[in-house]
Amino acid sequence: MTTEHLDGNALAGPLGEIFAVDVTAAVGRCASCGLTGPVASLRVYGPAPGLVARCPGCDEVVLRLVRGPGAAWLDLRGAVSLRVELPE
Amino acid sequence: MSIISRGFRGRRREDDDRLPPGQYLVDDFPVLSAGPTPRVPLDRWEFAIDTEAEQTHRWSWAELMALPQETPTVDIHCVTKWSKLGTGWRGVSLDTLFENIETAVEYALVYSYGGYTTNLPLEDLLDGKAWIVHQFDGEELEPRHGGPARLLVPHLYLWKSAKWVRGIRLLEEDWPGFWETAGYHNYGDPWREQRYEGD
Repeated sequence: MTTEHLDGNALAGPLGEIFAVDVTAAVGRCASCGLTGPVASLRVYGPAPGLVARCPGCDEVVLRLVRGPGAAWLDLRGAVSLRVELPE
Repeated sequence: MSIISRGFRGRRREDDDRLPPGQYLVDDFPVLSAGPTPRVPLDRWEFAIDTEAEQTHRWSWAELMALPQETPTVDIHCVTKWSKLGTGWRGVSLDTLFENIETAVEYALVYSYGGYTTNLPLEDLLDGKAWIVHQFDGEELEPRHGGPARLLVPHLYLWKSAKWVRGIRLLEEDWPGFWETAGYHNYGDPWREQRYEGD
């Protein structure tokens, strides 16, 4: 059976439309189980009707991204925080 | 020499008047998923209707099977623009399940094994418009298509026909579901192309 999901690197392009930094390298914390890891380690379902990125520890939704004509909807309520490395 | 006059040619498939605006026809049955496919053993499966009075009516798999079964043949339309015409299902009308339910509210939130939710007006589930189905095309409904049982509400985009359905909560106020809180339309009428919020 083929795997049902992709890894979080699949989010690089769609999130790159919204953010100036590569968010897949950011370290997030799952709001459900507290697991911490890079966005690239999430399990990504979709892309249609939308991208749904789930925690590899508990399968809860960490991030959702829907791209419509002329707008995108981003839901990060499943992430407590995103740590983004920036130059000093 | 052709002996078939132009008038007898089939209409182009995309001109079919059963096809809502912006849709195209498919012969296969695409699978769209927002998470891992739940596997629900039939001896642990149940379906529930939760009323505003906090009464819960439950059906086991055996109880669902013992109810009168219907075999709707319907057209289905996915918001990602594919449509499938004349699909055959077997299941129980929600009119049957609501026969002994007392409620005065207007809204329903459908919830599934795996955590998916979708909202719709209660009236869109009644009067022969919706079913809990467990067979597709004469076969048991496969888990990837929502088996053992899914909701079927064919007059709305297919994301409203929740796979792996577990229950319906009756609410006094509308409560947007999984895709309805992420940019998709709250109602989702394919004939009015209600795909996204604001359409």
